[in-house]
Amino acid sequence: MPAFEARADITHLPGILDPAGATVERALPALGYGNVSQVRIGKSIHLIIDAPDAATARAQVDEMCRRILANPVIEAYEIGLTELAR
Amino acid sequence: MTVQVGVVLFPGTNCEHDVVWAVEHLGGSAEILWHGDATLGGADAVVIPGGFAHGDYLRTGAIARFSPIMDAVRDHALAGGPVVGICNGFQVLTEAGLLPGALQKNAGLKFLCTTVGLTVETTTTALTNRAATGQVLRIPINHFEGNYVCDQATLDALRAEDRVVLRYVENPNGSLDDIAGICSEGRNVVGLMPHPERASEAILGSDDGAVLLESLLAAADRVGSTAR
Repeated sequence: MPAFEARADITHLPGILDPAGATVERALPALGYGNVSQVRIGKSIHLIIDAPDAATARAQVDEMCRRILANPVIEAYEIGLTELAR
Repeated sequence: MTVQVGVVLFPGTNCEHDVVWAVEHLGGSAEILWHGDATLGGADAVVIPGGFAHGDYLRTGAIARFSPIMDAVRDHALAGGPVVGICNGFQVLTEAGLLPGALQKNAGLKFLCTTVGLTVETTTTALTNRAATGQVLRIPINHFEGNYVCDQATLDALRAEDRVVLRYVENPNGSLDDIAGICSEGRNVVGLMPHPERASEAILGSDDGAVLLESLLAAADRVGSTAR
């Protein structure tokens, strides 16, 4: 069965507080990067999944995000998928 | 017969002994329940205390719902039994789907450890049946993720169904609608960020939390009497 490397990028929904992002945003100008805004710090979850095809793998990871990896009340997610050579 | 309160201990929970002490001080009987157990050991009421269940990994409260005891807690809740989640316990109950919404990081970006004023908004819940509507209680908070948030439809339902149990007198953390605690549709599951067990006798600086835990014991006694 093919294997896929999946990546779920989880970020706060707009309007949800991101203290880590806000703190980094305030720190960057001190290093001269005064042109930076909207710093968001989220989570990136990587996993290997065996599935018959990419669509099945993506659907399963999407379900995992909805059920546990992300909290849809406060978080959004995006899924990336790469088939691994066997 | 003495009311039995089960106090759930996850890896990382750190307020279980405070809750046991307070319950026993108020005349109840308390037993610590290990999260890996599948039963409540005959408890009439369940408290999920504060701390950092499962290290708060992934999100606060997220992993706790997979602990075997949570199936028993869910069954108890669905059967009408009293369940109270304090602080991290509130976060666990939202992640487990027993209460709506979520707790996000505090506005102001600071961990808060202070005593706050709370207004009792309703007295028909497992945690407030001995209190008076409008009564103001002084109880400690101790959290970083205590900023309650939910979508507009959920907030409308909470208000319409009188399910906001406690509100902050002065909002310390940005919580939506000043919410400090809410209850389930059945009013037997209550989650709150403040720690009533830390205000359960005068020597602690306030005994305003006692009325909440006495309410829980009263609710448990009613359920227990029915079952017995």
